Amino acid sequence: MRPNPLRDPRDRRIPRLAGPCVLVLFGVTGDLASKKLLPAIYDLANRGLLPPGFSLVGFARREWADADFAQITHDSVKTHARTPFREEVWQQLREGIRFVQGDFCDDGAFDTLARTVAELDAERGTGGNYAFYLSIPPNAFPVVIEQLKRSGLSGTSEAGGGDQRPWRRVVIEKPFGHDLASARELNSMLAAVFPPHAVFRIDHYLGKETVQNLLAMRFSNTLFEPIWNRGYVDHVQITMAEDIGIGGRAGYYDGIGAARDVIQNHLLQLLALTAMEEPLSFAAESLRTEKEKVLAAVQIPADLSAGTARGQYARGWQGGIEVPGYLEEDGIPAHSMTETYAAIRLTLDNRRWAGVPFYLRTGKRLPTRMTEIAVIFQRAPHLPFDATQTKELGQNALVIRVQPDEGVTLRFGSKVPGSAMEVRDVNMDFAYGESFTESSPEAYERLLLDVLIGDPPLFPRQEEVELSWRILDPVEDFWADRYKPDQYPAGTAGPASADEMLARDGRAWRRL
Amino acid sequence: MLTDMTDTTTADIRAALARTRDQMGGPATGVVLNLIIMTDESGQHDAVRAASQAGREHPCRVLAVITRDPRADSRLDAEIRSGEGTPGQTVLLRLYGPMSEHADSVVMPLLVPDTPVVTWWHGLIPAVPSAQPLGMLAQRRVTDTARARAPAEALAALSAGYRPGDTDLSWTRATPWRSLLAATADQLTEPILGGVVGAEEHNPTADLLTVWLTCRLRVPFNREVSEGPGITEIRLTMAGGDVTISRPDGRLATLSRPGQPDRHVALHRRDIADLLAEELRRLDPDEVYGESLAAVAGIPAAAE
Repeated sequence: MRPNPLRDPRDRRIPRLAGPCVLVLFGVTGDLASKKLLPAIYDLANRGLLPPGFSLVGFARREWADADFAQITHDSVKTHARTPFREEVWQQLREGIRFVQGDFCDDGAFDTLARTVAELDAERGTGGNYAFYLSIPPNAFPVVIEQLKRSGLSGTSEAGGGDQRPWRRVVIEKPFGHDLASARELNSMLAAVFPPHAVFRIDHYLGKETVQNLLAMRFSNTLFEPIWNRGYVDHVQITMAEDIGIGGRAGYYDGIGAARDVIQNHLLQLLALTAMEEPLSFAAESLRTEKEKVLAAVQIPADLSAGTARGQYARGWQGGIEVPGYLEEDGIPAHSMTETYAAIRLTLDNRRWAGVPFYLRTGKRLPTRMTEIAVIFQRAPHLPFDATQTKELGQNALVIRVQPDEGVTLRFGSKVPGSAMEVRDVNMDFAYGESFTESSPEAYERLLLDVLIGDPPLFPRQEEVELSWRILDPVEDFWADRYKPDQYPAGTAGPASADEMLARDGRAWRRL
Repeated sequence: MLTDMTDTTTADIRAALARTRDQMGGPATGVVLNLIIMTDESGQHDAVRAASQAGREHPCRVLAVITRDPRADSRLDAEIRSGEGTPGQTVLLRLYGPMSEHADSVVMPLLVPDTPVVTWWHGLIPAVPSAQPLGMLAQRRVTDTARARAPAEALAALSAGYRPGDTDLSWTRATPWRSLLAATADQLTEPILGGVVGAEEHNPTADLLTVWLTCRLRVPFNREVSEGPGITEIRLTMAGGDVTISRPDGRLATLSRPGQPDRHVALHRRDIADLLAEELRRLDPDEVYGESLAAVAGIPAAAE
């Protein structure tokens, strides 16, 4: 294909823009669709990043007409979009909105869907490019994938060749299986219909600005890389704390638990980005290669009883409100063994990180909602001060705050003003949200745009998913054989066993 | 918080800035740039408002330089605003008498150190922005020829005095059009043979778009005059039929291609705050603008 003379790499005002396409959204009645996906689509349109003719097809069981779905979209955009509502932008979007009613088992509905997208190609010039976003429970994946194949929606063989050949992409959300075997099963089912490069696994954490900034910080500066290793780093803590309980997710959550829900995907991805070597470039291939290398180097503790902790929240006071315990939640069996808190100590078998523990923890009903990566540095080998002068000096730390209040904090010692020499910890703060960001794109905006453009660096590949399960499976097996998770009162920072886990190493968790 | 200071000095203003920062709990810490606005009393309200809005995306210290009666005795009045719903701080500087000739001496001590400087002329456009004392300080020098009495002449003058780092908001206004044109061209399989840019008579954005298309595509583009508002139509001539983008109402555009259904694209005219925010996103020289501006002098004026 001829290069487009209107594009110039130096011309950075012109944004990346997807070509004409249709986004088919399964599960439009879900929370994710109304709170995140539909608003993100509007925001993309409002920023001028969606192509002319872009069309959106909703698929669900509800008895809706196109207009009903458009109304639902309109309402969710008005409530949740980050950019101001503008009638002409909505107008542009509205013209391309369609709805197909049906059940996943209903052949007729998928035939209607195939007809609908073909009509859109004719009416709006979307060129046979379709992305299928499966915002549905994983047990529905096989039937939907099968239907896409049966109705011919997944194939592009009938169309012309060359660069103009239309594309098909499928987007799935976690969980990518519940262990290695099921992840492989899911993958082989997908792979039978879509080639690997057409499968986009969304981990919305990777769309967050701070997470991408982690790469910028590590690899565009000279300041951090020399100390980013076992010579200077004492240990790393990666935390994702939630203040909410399981809410309406009982059916999904019970039997899955915190480790499968959060550690397998979000926290291990954050670990990979924190610990990986410098990629050759930010092309998908190089980035994934480095992530896979580091995930393959991860070792679980030899003694799992000492190197892991799991808990379940009990009735307690969280933020001034008394909340029920996990076992009292609606839809949870009274003897559930599912953990709502999980912590694990990992080490990396490579030259850079040998002997440096990475502590991962996640939990529900903790005091605050907070996700961060904290790199804690070793103490200075010698302090030319009296012990009393440095009593309040802790370890230097670099904290990447992923959410909320995105930013970076550097903690170091400073002299307390006064006639005596006294050193105390202070923080230097870069608040990302102070704000490059009133209108910085939401993670889903970035990820949806990448799907439509076909740009994969921020999406984990099957190999990464399998490597993560390889790490977690033995831990889950160990837990399954063991007694119930330790109870911790809601609103506290997790079970005592988690604190003991760090205390054995002479360390402590950062305060939540 | 508002602090009014009459007949003051830069040292006092600095002290007041530090004091407000301490009292507010340090809201000025995350400042990513210094924005100097050259304006007058009639334009300052709109300019500062736009800067504060853009400041939500780019927290900055805004220094608005307002020149007052040049025949008065030298005097400096300042007004410090901070924490008014935007990060960063805003200082309005009113310069009286001969002092207004030496605005740089007032502004320099008030810049946040280690932080880039952008100068924006909201009003009169200097012939050579980079030769101005407050232009020399800046990485980026922003003008707006659309506000000039004779935009085409103003553009030609800027072209003669161009230095890397100069930019004009009329070029910023072209970005949505250029994005749409680039995206449209992505889909074309045959070459563009020429075309037309239709816009109201005095429209520097249309002039720049015309030269940009001419330079990039190396085919002739003509500038046609329409009733407006702004740019109303761009037509790309091709062997198999023309591609047109028409926007009669300044809001919603229609993209027509032969053999394809018409499509609507939202293409509203952006306000100054939006333009400024785009301008502040990158502080390195915009070479594509430089090239287009260089060519603008060689383009014949709009056909009547």
